[in-house]
Amino acid sequence: MQFVTHSSPHLVGPKSVTQVMGLVLLALVPGTLALVWYFGWGVLINLVIATVSAVAAEAAVLRLRRRPVGTTLIDLSAIVTAWLLALALPPLLPWWQTVTGTVFAIVIAKQLFGGIGFNPFNPAMAGYVLLLVSFPVTMTRWLPPDVISGDAVSLADSLHMIFSGTPPLGQTWDAITSATPLDQMRTELSQNRMISEIRQSPLWGDFGGLGWEWIGNWFLLGGLFLIWRRVISWRIPVSMLGALLLIAGLFWMIDPETHPYPAFHLFSGGAILGAFFIATDPVSASTTPRGQLVYGALIGLFVFIIRTWGGYPDAVAFSVLLLNMAAPTIDYYTQPRVFGQPGDRDA
Amino acid sequence: MAERQTIWSFHGGLHLDDHKEESNQRPVQDLPLPRRLILPLQQHIGQSAEPVVEVGESVKKGQTVARAPDYVSAPVHAPTSGRVLEIEAMPIAHPSGLSDTCIVIEPDGDDAWGELPEPMTEFTVQSAADLRERIRWAGIVGMGGAAFPTAVKVNTGGQTGIDTLVINAAECEPYITCDDALMRERADDVIDGAAIVRHLIGARQCLIGIEDNKPEAAAALRQAIADKADSETEVVVVPTRYPSGGEKQLIRLLTGREVPSNGLPAAIGVLCQNVATAVAVADAVLRGRPLIDRIVTLSGAGVRQPGNFRVTLGTPIDFLIAQAGGYSDQAHQLLLGGPMMGFGLHTDQVPVTKAANCVLALSAAEAPEPPAERPCIRCGECVQVCPAQLLPQQMFWHARAHDFDRIQEYHLFDCIECGCCAHVCPANIPLVHYYRYAKTEIWTQERDREKSDLARRRHEARQERLERLEQERKSRLRKKKEALDKKSGGGAGDAKKAAIQAAMQRVAEKKAAQQAESQTSGSD
Repeated sequence: MQFVTHSSPHLVGPKSVTQVMGLVLLALVPGTLALVWYFGWGVLINLVIATVSAVAAEAAVLRLRRRPVGTTLIDLSAIVTAWLLALALPPLLPWWQTVTGTVFAIVIAKQLFGGIGFNPFNPAMAGYVLLLVSFPVTMTRWLPPDVISGDAVSLADSLHMIFSGTPPLGQTWDAITSATPLDQMRTELSQNRMISEIRQSPLWGDFGGLGWEWIGNWFLLGGLFLIWRRVISWRIPVSMLGALLLIAGLFWMIDPETHPYPAFHLFSGGAILGAFFIATDPVSASTTPRGQLVYGALIGLFVFIIRTWGGYPDAVAFSVLLLNMAAPTIDYYTQPRVFGQPGDRDA
Repeated sequence: MAERQTIWSFHGGLHLDDHKEESNQRPVQDLPLPRRLILPLQQHIGQSAEPVVEVGESVKKGQTVARAPDYVSAPVHAPTSGRVLEIEAMPIAHPSGLSDTCIVIEPDGDDAWGELPEPMTEFTVQSAADLRERIRWAGIVGMGGAAFPTAVKVNTGGQTGIDTLVINAAECEPYITCDDALMRERADDVIDGAAIVRHLIGARQCLIGIEDNKPEAAAALRQAIADKADSETEVVVVPTRYPSGGEKQLIRLLTGREVPSNGLPAAIGVLCQNVATAVAVADAVLRGRPLIDRIVTLSGAGVRQPGNFRVTLGTPIDFLIAQAGGYSDQAHQLLLGGPMMGFGLHTDQVPVTKAANCVLALSAAEAPEPPAERPCIRCGECVQVCPAQLLPQQMFWHARAHDFDRIQEYHLFDCIECGCCAHVCPANIPLVHYYRYAKTEIWTQERDREKSDLARRRHEARQERLERLEQERKSRLRKKKEALDKKSGGGAGDAKKAAIQAAMQRVAEKKAAQQAESQTSGSD
């Protein structure tokens, strides 16, 4: 009797890329629902626009590159990129800007480097930074959370604003939109106001911005789920948030009136989403255990530096992209001690 | 006997479904003799054995049919009495699927023993050299799969630093239960064999490492140790985690010591032997019997009656499977060895050899067709499970890029090919395959380099020789000339020269005269 032969091992493990990406999407659900709850339909519309354009762009490039389309799309990585980008965008961003960012993320940042596994930069963050640099006005035009504004923007109004790019009849953008808490804090600090004064504003909750802090909590829940399912390791989120807390705490202790309290940094912008879902993108992050600690901590440090002294209110995207560049070097210098090699046993 | 407190741990590893119940429920069954026994000359690492019998010759059971021509080699014995049918290249169980020379014996049915050496029942009074010679005679090789000649392995070269003998009874791969069965059946011989090897290498203690999924075997061993009042031998139960039966991993589990990279266990005072090898040593020393049979696990959903069988070496695998009720209709892949490190067989018409611990006929559900390979997403799962603490994803990257210098910086040669990384890879990359490829390429390059070095050295030597010969020739010529010059120093030579000189002068004078004449006539 004749048999087929394959290379060992002959047992096939249960994990697949599709499953890994699927779990990431699942873990994003609570945070996404919270965003929708506080910021309305725009979040969902952005998600749909980004997903459709990501899948279309990926399929088109794969066809041009003569790669299998169906079997590649099924890895869900394009949808993860689209989702992460959409969650970072202001809810009423004109539709064509969302499309531009997504297509840039998929075509330029991902496929032109060789597709999944070969992109040196996090595609979602590359798309986000492109939009932030190109369209600074629309990209900083956030909505106030419903808990503050009191009434939600209706589905029809959301669709109108996103697809026409103009506010509803008889209203102005200023009346509808508001700055993010990070932006607010930045602006007011630059006007020499003290933290205790700034916090009088109704925009503030217990830790960070009102509403925002709860979104952070829901993303944190998803992140813990990913650690529990061993999709990501604890190292990058813990070191990133730890470093951010540490350095923010240090400056806050020096002068609590000009430096926001540490929890503000954690719960106001994209820090939690970034720590668990963006910095942990395995392709562009560091992969050695010690390297991940260094990588995460440096992202945390850069987030603080850029938020405090940089030109942009939020900094997760820039910090992640910066450290993406450093990841190969970090990996090279943080190789673990190989079994039987001299050196520290526990390293 | 005191219970050990410390069991160390190793990094990574996997919890796998152990699938031991399929084959360990029934006692070992004796397999009848097949019509023909096929004995490959190469059943071990090292030089092939050399046949010492002729085609047509009658042989007795236990008679040496092929001798070891070199130090690192092992002889082959007739497993039963019969007649040598042929000595030919036949298909053997090897990943390459290639053939090798085999001695084919047709059993005569008498199973009559030939002359055997005297048993060495009082082994403690024997010298190490005599014991090694007996092990060497018996053709014993590592029976856990490595097949390294045991007589070579136990030769410590008079070095006294080895304090611990580790007997590997972990049997960590799924499905395999042949060592489990052996220990339950012949626990006394395990302990005796271990005592012989321990005496041979002068080790202070013997640790038998066994996974906690074999409680009956562990109990049998403990009983045997108690019966013999052997206070230096200890059974250490370790948690079931693949690959705890890897030599380096088991030594780490039992002693906390790490075999140095590129080194042998002897460097940290340890020698490791498989449990079946220990029994073979006991047979050779205490009974004067060579290695002519072994227990083989036959398992997987592809066979009707899985179990453990005492198989005469040289028995074709198709005969073994037929005796176990044949294939079920689910048989999809045929493997020799375990499902993690064993290799696929194209055909079942290959013989059982000394290191063949397990034959698996797996169904497509048990060993599916490998799913399509996707790009590495650098998730690092492989780093988590690698027991050698390597960075498999980086090695993969460099193997793909054919960057063989870089891949060695990532310690490719510390990879034990256990397959944990490939098993957990969500992109279904056959990582071990890439590492084997890289290793082979590096070995080929090294061989080529050695070859070209040798060619270069030869070329340079030839150039040098030619130059030297040329110079010698020149100096010989010069000397000859000088000698000639000297010889012709006074006599005839000078007369000749003078004659030539005179003739040339005459010609010159004549020319001058002619010139003068023509000038005069021109002026007229």
